[in-house]
Amino acid sequence: MKKLVSLLLALCMLLSLGVASAEIADVEPLTVAGPDDATAKWDMWSFVDAHNEFYAQMVDKWNAENPDRTIQITFTTYPYADMHQKMLMSLQTGKGAPDMCDIEIGQFPNFIPADEEIPLYPMNDALVGYEDMVKARLDVYSGADGNRYGIPFHVGASVMYWNAEIFEKYNLDYKSVKTWEDYTELGRKLRDASNGEVYLTSVDTAGVDWMWIAMSSYGEDWTGGLDGEVNVQLDSVKKMLEMQQQWLEEGIAMISTDGHVDLEAGFANVSSGKIASFPKAMWYMSRFINYMPEMKGKYDIGLIPTFEAGQKCSVGIGGTGTVVTNQASEPELAAEWLVWAKCGAEGQKYIWDVLGFDVCNAAYWSDPAFAENEENIYNTFFRVKPYLVLQQLDELDAIGTIYSTANSPTINDYFCTTVLNNILEDGMDVDEALQDAADYIEFEID
Amino acid sequence: MKYLKKYLYSQKVAPYIFVLPFVLSFLIFWVYPLISGITMSFQDIGFSKREWVGIENYAKLLRDKTFKLAISNSIEYMAWTIALLIPFPMIFAVMMDSRLTKAKGVWKAIMYIPALTSVVISGMLFRMMFSEADGSQMNKLMVWLGQQPIPWLKSKATSWLGLILLCCWRWTGVNMLYFLSGLKAIDSTLYEAADVDGCTAIQKFRHITLPLLQPTTIYVVTISVFAGLSMFLESFMLWGNNDSPKNIGLTIVGYLYKRGIQKNDMGYACAVGVVLLVIALLINFAQLIATGTIKIGKRKEE
Repeated sequence: MKKLVSLLLALCMLLSLGVASAEIADVEPLTVAGPDDATAKWDMWSFVDAHNEFYAQMVDKWNAENPDRTIQITFTTYPYADMHQKMLMSLQTGKGAPDMCDIEIGQFPNFIPADEEIPLYPMNDALVGYEDMVKARLDVYSGADGNRYGIPFHVGASVMYWNAEIFEKYNLDYKSVKTWEDYTELGRKLRDASNGEVYLTSVDTAGVDWMWIAMSSYGEDWTGGLDGEVNVQLDSVKKMLEMQQQWLEEGIAMISTDGHVDLEAGFANVSSGKIASFPKAMWYMSRFINYMPEMKGKYDIGLIPTFEAGQKCSVGIGGTGTVVTNQASEPELAAEWLVWAKCGAEGQKYIWDVLGFDVCNAAYWSDPAFAENEENIYNTFFRVKPYLVLQQLDELDAIGTIYSTANSPTINDYFCTTVLNNILEDGMDVDEALQDAADYIEFEID
Repeated sequence: MKYLKKYLYSQKVAPYIFVLPFVLSFLIFWVYPLISGITMSFQDIGFSKREWVGIENYAKLLRDKTFKLAISNSIEYMAWTIALLIPFPMIFAVMMDSRLTKAKGVWKAIMYIPALTSVVISGMLFRMMFSEADGSQMNKLMVWLGQQPIPWLKSKATSWLGLILLCCWRWTGVNMLYFLSGLKAIDSTLYEAADVDGCTAIQKFRHITLPLLQPTTIYVVTISVFAGLSMFLESFMLWGNNDSPKNIGLTIVGYLYKRGIQKNDMGYACAVGVVLLVIALLINFAQLIATGTIKIGKRKEE
């Protein structure tokens, strides 16, 4: 009996071993693009799967055009925080970093320290010939040494998303809104018409987009730019926060569920019609396609109001700078491919048609074949062709820039955890809260 | 071969060979990181630079309000877990040990199962339960009770309710098992004698169970101090990342993670780690001396 049991057990173990090894063999291979006998073989990381799909396509296109120097890239997609931490670690230890990597704009300053050697490959030479790229977008990924280290995907111009259906239902006109005063007035009307059920917008406690928009209007920047001093006690920021406090008091706005609208809870508020408008960068369009397809034909895109006439009404928000690391093999070719892929004609078309971004090569914005293509899903989803809004912004020269500097993570961190909660959730006096922020940031930077 | 055999059978060498794996892992994974952690806490470390800065990191820590908040959060959490996770598991253990309880296996399994779940998953579940969305369980409960939905994880009182509930849900069963094994070691004749003397159940608990369970209690308190002070994952998962509103959920280890991993300031993070070690050792020694587990200056009497 005992023998039988032990035999059975042994059999079980053997079988499970077999299953385990079968499973290992079944694991899908990492995404690899390009032939095995390629001239250059690279590793590339991203935190967005769609980005890697884009790169893989561009590898195939490159190989078709350049049979004499083919490339092969192995792609890995990691979760956002994981990937950036792995990158920092591997660059610090000098081992294990990929040849190329996507780095989110908020994290970028961590990789280009001002006072020591930057562990990335400069791409100034590779960028020659792409002068139509929006300069401000290359500047945000530049080091204190003036070198360009990251290649952008998009401008991230912020625009106002309007739920036109709601305003039609209550017979309100949102198109004539020019200033924040008009906007507030519209909010009061919407509140009264809907018995307080629909909020005009939701204000963020875990995002600083609204602050950026205000700063852009007044031409201010709390980081002080590339060589200025940090100052968060700005008139623009104060005005925006006091206005938001007033909205909350009057029941015009709600506080974004979970902190901002680019989250599941935010999508729910947008698609259920709980909020009727919100300012967000143009890349938010893809969230509609991916998470709120039922909103097709309901939403309109327009300019964000300003405090006074003639101010800038937009600002570049968010972004991904793709880098070549100092551990890359054949970095020169890598930089050349990367710039070709992200800034060249074919790449730009893919970035707009599939990823839905406002591309950085400004020459395409007014090209009807590129911008107004009816086959582009975004052109038919909204009530306006998005690039027409972009053209309008371009004509008005209305897209401002807020820099990402070594101090940006500290400022963002404190605003998103403490300052905005103090002011919007707890109703703390704006001056007092900003003074507290200034004290904290001074200590951190010291 | 012959030499090997000789060594293996030698009474002097064999014990060292047997403890070697432990000693090696202790040296490599404990002593080495400890020493390099202490050294790094006196340095400023970047991508390529590594400079000695003396006690600058510690001097900055002294002025760091966020760090003080993290310490007070960690100590508060530790205090709560000790206050709740000692008495209740002890009472449950006594109940499990009683002859009057039916279906003990079922109860024990129910209490113990949460400990088998991963913190990551249970933290996510609690995050959804305590979400500020109208559809979350807690807000459904609030509406059912005739109250307004509230943003649970944005204020300290309500979010800590979730945090401590999560901790108790996970660890009650484990601590109960410790106490249960302690109870098994108590001689049943003591209870019989007490019965003969006409003791009430409470008197028996107070004068037999409690004193004889003391070694177990000391052990559970000791590990709870460590676990409470080094809590990180629960908070990280409950808020979905390391950034809780106004840092209400920031713990010492959370702060270490924020400095070292998120902000890439390893030197400062190591200083945080060293302070955590000192605090944990101080509390533990104080407790072990107070309970008589470690005796100072009494060796001669023995």
